[in-house]
Formats: sequence, structure tokens, C-alpha cells
Amino acid sequence: MSTYTANDYKKGQPRWCPGCGDHSFLASLHKAMAEIGVPPYQTAVISGIGCSSRLPHYMNTYGMNTIHGRAAAIATGCKVVRPDLTVWQVSGDGDGLAIGGNHFIHANRRNVNIKMILLNNRIYGLTKGQYSPTSPRGFVSKSSPYGTVEDPFRPAELCFGARGHFFARAVATDVQGTVEILKAAYNHKGTAVCEIMQNCVIFNNGAHESIYNNEGRKKNAIYLRHGEPMVFGENNEYGLMQEGFGIKVVKIGENGVTLDDILVHDAHCEDNTLHLKLAMMEGPDFPVALGVIRDVDAPTYDDAVNAQIDEIKAKKPYHNFAELLETNDIWEVK
Amino acid sequence: MGEKLEVKELEQVAVRFSGDSGDGMQLAGNIFSTISATVGNSISTFPDYPADIRAPQGSLTGVSGFQVHIGANEVFTPGDKCDVLVAMNAAALKTQYKYAKPDAAIIIDTDAFQKKDLEKAAFKTDDPIAEMGIDADRVIACPITQMVKDCLADSGMDLKSILKCRNMFALGLVCWLFSRDLDVAFNFLREKFAKKPGVAEANIKVIQAGYDYGHNTHSNVNNVYRIETKTKVPGRYMDITGNKATAYGLIAAAEKAGLRLYLGSYPITPATDILHELSKHKSLGVTTVQCEDEIAGCSSAVGASFAGALAATSTSGPGICLKSEAMNLAVILELPLVVLDVQRGGPATGLPTKSEQTDLLQVLFGRNGESPMPVLAAISPTDCFDTAYMASKIALEHMTPVVVLTDAFVANGSAAFRLPELKDYPDIKPPYVTPDMQGSWAPYQRNPETGVRYWAVPGTEGFQHILGGLEKDNKTGAISTDPENHDLMTHLRQEKINKIQVPDVEVLGDKDDAELLIVGFGGTYGHLHAAMDEMRAAGKKVALAHFKYINPLPANTSEVLKKYPKVVVAEQNLGQFAAYLRMKVDGFVPYQFNQVKGQPFVVEELVNAFNGLVKS
Repeated sequence: MSTYTANDYKKGQPRWCPGCGDHSFLASLHKAMAEIGVPPYQTAVISGIGCSSRLPHYMNTYGMNTIHGRAAAIATGCKVVRPDLTVWQVSGDGDGLAIGGNHFIHANRRNVNIKMILLNNRIYGLTKGQYSPTSPRGFVSKSSPYGTVEDPFRPAELCFGARGHFFARAVATDVQGTVEILKAAYNHKGTAVCEIMQNCVIFNNGAHESIYNNEGRKKNAIYLRHGEPMVFGENNEYGLMQEGFGIKVVKIGENGVTLDDILVHDAHCEDNTLHLKLAMMEGPDFPVALGVIRDVDAPTYDDAVNAQIDEIKAKKPYHNFAELLETNDIWEVK
Repeated sequence: MGEKLEVKELEQVAVRFSGDSGDGMQLAGNIFSTISATVGNSISTFPDYPADIRAPQGSLTGVSGFQVHIGANEVFTPGDKCDVLVAMNAAALKTQYKYAKPDAAIIIDTDAFQKKDLEKAAFKTDDPIAEMGIDADRVIACPITQMVKDCLADSGMDLKSILKCRNMFALGLVCWLFSRDLDVAFNFLREKFAKKPGVAEANIKVIQAGYDYGHNTHSNVNNVYRIETKTKVPGRYMDITGNKATAYGLIAAAEKAGLRLYLGSYPITPATDILHELSKHKSLGVTTVQCEDEIAGCSSAVGASFAGALAATSTSGPGICLKSEAMNLAVILELPLVVLDVQRGGPATGLPTKSEQTDLLQVLFGRNGESPMPVLAAISPTDCFDTAYMASKIALEHMTPVVVLTDAFVANGSAAFRLPELKDYPDIKPPYVTPDMQGSWAPYQRNPETGVRYWAVPGTEGFQHILGGLEKDNKTGAISTDPENHDLMTHLRQEKINKIQVPDVEVLGDKDDAELLIVGFGGTYGHLHAAMDEMRAAGKKVALAHFKYINPLPANTSEVLKKYPKVVVAEQNLGQFAAYLRMKVDGFVPYQFNQVKGQPFVVEELVNAFNGLVKS
């Protein structure tokens, strides 16, 4: 049982716009950290630049609000030399996937044990309203007055493409759902990407509208839980079944479909094919997948780096500078 | 010709090994310098290699060279021109002969001077020696390829592997010329090819064959050479390159400070050997991460520094361009960081394997905002050790990023290195928070004397805080856009750097009555020193002030620069250090000597230019 409360992780007065999804996410993070129970002084929260990257300022932990796009690289250096610290990285969709895309994929590929929060509001807020790499094709913004002519990234696709081992999703306003995936991310050893679907009341109001409140989520989202059948709907009347190479939505009780026919979620499956299909589902034909979509064990980079150091320490006969010098060809001048 | 043979005792001699970039010239040169250093000669080496790993065989652009300068007394440079030139093919002779003295001995492999070789090297006649105006008596023409094939005929090796040993034949021949003991070479090879004893033994056999060939034929030259060791500080020595010395300096500093060493890096010529070297030493707890790009190399180092390590990032000029933003982050966070810049020819990709001093203004001023950063420049391969050590000390004790400038010449060159003892080096004491500060402490509270903030490393209970790249309140570190606060913080960051104590610049030579003061910085020390020595030997009154601490400048800089009637600033750029000194020293108007050829200075050219500035 944790000895900490959410208050122990709180600091200062957030300055985000009223109604911004960052407020509710921050509250969820405080709550999740208290339930996890890692002391604030052993926690580091590292962000890049953007509205959401202000978050470390509101944490009573060690924190760093760094430069645009580099949070994953900075967090990597921090975690590698200090595996004892719990390192959370906070980025928005621009910070994490545009300017920081390279670091995002490589952190996932290496599987550095950092908890990677991606607050996705599909817009650049701090620079006042330009489209982001997650804005849908045709999106109208200040820098795309006639609509964008490019396709967005889907964060899960990038994560899986980089051989990511953990991907979860929650809606910023859904405290319970958010706390649940944050705790799962903490418990996962390795890079754990948590996509937080978030609204921007000023520049992209209505982003994720279909799932932003409870009623919407009941109709338009599905909570995935490992080992449980994939059912959704106001009365759990719908479910997901595999069909050919794809997934289909079925109504339980119709056309002879029973609960036994419904797919059971396996977050631990090494093969990410179905995880990707689940993560890519969107309305109106499919529910949006929430919860832990993928959670597969794999060796972490920071563990491996430090294990190799220990192994070489045991193997090599030199362990300090003076001994290192002696490994060279030396001659004496008298 | 044996009757003409004389043993000639020399003060110093330079040997240049040249051939195709795949011919193993660097290895032959390395072994020769190691042997020479082992008998106590001073050494200075200069590898000169093309940017392509394997240019077309026998082509003029694919020639790789390695010059070794050995001396009875101290040698400061790899030597302007060589006394012995080894040319493993026609293209090597064509491109490298310009580096040979008029009376130099030339060793060629006649088997690589056939018709097609001569065509590739753009010779017009079938007699390249005559065509280049070389006195045939100075040429040792030896069918090296054939002799190596014969020597290894029974080895069971394939032809390709056999031909790889040609360099060792040339090495054997050179060893005979200089009466070198081959045992050192044998040990070197047995160690290098420890996992392939067959290869080691084949190479050894070929070296011996080359040596015997010289001995038996008294090769077609007039001299064998002896270089006796005369002056040297007693002690234990090893051969070291600048890059290796830099790596060792970081290791030593981390141990002295009691910190884990972290290097975040991305491969780039000519800095990569620092990454290679540090990656080997995991048994000392050294952590290296080969990152996805230069930006991540520096950023991850900032993260490691935040976490309490001695953090460094290594690169060359193009990498500095990419790291600038993260270096600036370390400036505003006020976290220690060592940035190693092994300069090469620029701009853009420029001349990746060649040497320049053209990053000086970039590291001093190439960042947004007021971004003061200490800069140190290593003056020789062995000095890279001290420079990396002192840069680490400044970074850790003053909570700032520090740039170490070296260059391709210093980084790849090698010299005999007297083994340092850590106890002789100053302590490194980072300004950690202490338990009694808890409660009253704030992240940007400063030591009133040094202006340095205190370091609270994550994991320390009661000192949680946030650092950030946004301007912050001068005490609490909270984001602040207050105009007065920003003005104050800008001044505080600058003053902190200004307050760093660095040693005075030393004046060498005729320090009391020089007519001309030569001024340089970093890797040109050897050449400028040699030029001064030569001028003084000719009766001129000359002094040298060579700078290693660039920012902040030594306290006596102005005094030194204004003391002499004439001052010339000599540097391998278009006058960056001169411009910087003019900015820092009121009324300073120097002469300038600027050359940007990607090659080291030539002492003779320096002397000629400087002689034009002195009357007598």
C-alpha cells in the first residue's frame, strides 16, 4: 500500500486554458503516481516544449521542461545512468511525433524503460493553431486555410513500426481509464507509450468529440482488458470478431453470434498484427480502442547497458584509471 | 653499393608511408612510431587519409599517407617534409613526392609501377622516376609484391590475404634503415592479431623478409640512420593519439570526481575514435550510447548530467551545428556538460578527414541568445588529456557546458605520453547541495563568490525541483518573463563564466625583448613553436604566446599582447582568433597569418612569413 497521496505529487497552479484536457490528465497523473507509490524524489518527469510540456512545473518531483522534441533523448540519458529513478516523459503530438519523431521511434526500438505520455490534441496549441502530424487530411487551421493535403500519423502505427512493446490509450477526461493505463505503463518494463486523447478548447475544440464524455465512450469506444472478451455498447451488446484478415463488429445474439464467438483480448501476444488492427479502429464503423492494447515483455535497454557493464567488470582485470594505463604498451625512460 | 654505406647520426628524421588507402599504411606507420617511441625517441605522427574508405585501386585520389617524425630531442611537429618516402604504388609516388626532401630516400614497389599503374597515376612516360626528376640513386626499387608472394608461398594463404602483407615488407625495410629492433613490432602484431595467430605470424615473417632484404642488399642507398635519445623526462611512457588522450582525460576526471562517465555520441569523422575508445572501458563503468543522431547525442548527455553523471558528447563541426540547441539548454539549466569538438574542414560536410581551426567562433558565439560557454583548445595529442580533464573540472565545479576544441591533426596524431598519476591532478568538487540547506535552498540560489548554483541530484530527498529551458526566476527557478529578472539572469550567467579562474598564458622564447610575438591557439602549437625555434636559431628575437584557454581568456592576455612591437596571430582559418582577441583587447591590431588548406602548417612557410615582419 502506497504511503503517498495525490497531494504529495502536486505543485503550483496550472496555467492551461480553462477546459483544457491537460488539467484532467494532470489530476489523473497525480492520482496514478500516489497509487504507484514511487517517492516524489525518486521520480523524474521530463518534457519537451508545448502546452502539455509545461506539466513538470506542476509536479512535486524532479523535473525538466527541456527543448522542443528532445524529451525522449534526454529521458534516455537520464534513465541509462540512473536506472533507480522512475522516468516519465511528457510530450504533445507536435513535440513527440513531428520535431521529436526520430527520438520517439528510437526510444521505442531500444525499449528504454521510460513512461512516455503522448498528449494528442491533433493541433499546435502554444503556437496558436497550426495543424499537427496527427491532424486528419483536409484539416483546416491557420497554416492550412484550405485544408491539409497530407495524411496524419497514427501514434500506434509508429510505435509498432518501431517495434514498441507497450501501447495504451485513454481519454483525458476519463480519470479512471487514464489512471488504469498509467499504472499499467509503470508496471510494464520498457518504453510504455500512453496516448492521451485530449481536446484543445481554443484551437481544435471537438477533437475526439465522439468519445470525450461517458455517454460517447459507451457508444463509440471499447475498453480492452487482457483476458476479457472485446464487448462494448451501452449494454455490452456489441462485440468484435475476426473476419478474414480483418476485424468486424457484431451484435451479440444476432445471426447466431454468442459471447463465445467474441475475440478475447491478448495484450501479451508477441505478434502485433491484431494489436495494430485494434489501435487503428475508428468511427463511425468501429469503436475507438481504449485501455492497454499491447503489453509485451522484452529486455530493456537500460537494463542491458548496465548488465553489460557488470559483466565486463567481472571479466576485465582493470577497474580504475591507473589500471587502465597499465593495459597499454609501456616503456621506461631512465 | 655496400661500400658507400655510412651510418649517419641524425637529430631527427621523418618517414612517410604512402600507398592505396587499403594498403595498410596507417598500420605500418603506427608500428614504426611505436618502435621508435619504445627506444625513447620523441615522436610526432600525422595520418593523412582520404575521405573514401576505398577509392578506386591505384587512383590518385585514393592515396593514404602516414608521416612519422622521430627525434633525439623533442619534436613538435610531424615534420614539414620527409627524409624517407615509401610509395607502394605509382599514384603514391605521384601525389606524395612533394612531401619529400630533395635528398630523401624513396622506397618503391616496382611491381606496382607497371604500365596500368602508371596510366592510372597519369604518368606520361614509362619512367616515372625520370619523369618526376628524381635522382635514381636515391631510389630503393624493390619488387615488394613478388617478394611477399614468394615469402608466403607456403603459408596456405590466399593471394588477397598475402598481398595485404605488402605494408609489412616496406616496414621491415624501413626498420633496417633505422636499425630498429623488430621484437617490438612482433609483439605489437601478436597482440593486434591475437585472435588470428596465422595472420600475425605471416606479417612477422614478411617484416623479417623486408629487414633481411635491406640488410642483404645494403639497399641501394647511401645511409642508414641512427636517432639517439638525448633529452627526455625519466618516467614510464606510452604512445597515445589525441582522441585517445581525450577519452582518458574524461575517464580520469570522472574517477577524480567520483562520478559515472556518460558519453552520448553519433559517429562522425574525425571524432569517432573517442566513442570507440570509451566504449571499450565498461569495466570502469563508462557508459556510452551511440544515439540516433547528433542532437540525441547531446540531449541524452544533458539528461545524464541532470541525473548526476559526468556527461559528455563528442563530435566535429557539423555535429556542433546540430547540438547547438541542446548545448544552449545546458547553458540555461546550468548543468555540467563537456562538448568535444574535433574540428575538420568545413563548411557543411567540407573536408571530413582534414584539419582546420574554423569552429572557434561557432563554439563561442553560434547559439541563440546570450550564451556564454567556456572554451578550451588542446595544443597537442598528449595535451588532449589535460584539456579534457580541466574541461570536466570547470564543467562540474561551475555548473556549465564547456567546449573542448581539438582538430583532426591533434586527434589523429600521436606522441609519447608520460603516464600521469591521478594524485598529481587537482581535485574536482561539484557544488552539491548539503542536507543543512534543506528548506532554505532554491534551485537558482548561487554561491556568492563564484556565482555558481548548487547541484541537487535526483534521488535526493527534500530537494525536488524543476529545471527548464524557459527563462526562470533568479532564485526559485519558476518560469519568469519579468524584464528585470531576465536582464539579471543574463548577467548572472555571463558573470559566472567570467569568474572562472584560468592560468596565465605563458610566453616562450625571447619573452623580454622579442621584436615579434607569435600568437596561436590549439593544435598549431607544435608548428608555431618549431618556427620560433628556427627563427631564434637564426638570431631573430621572437616569442610565442600560445593559448589553450579561450573563454575566459587568461588574465594576462591584454598585457602580453600589448608588450611587443609586433604581434602576428597565426591560425588555420580566416582570422577568427584574431577577431576574438580584437574584441576582447582594446586597441589590439595584429598581423595575421591565415591558411586553410586542411593540412598542418609548414614550418618553412611560417618562418618565411614571419621573417618578413622582423627587421634584423
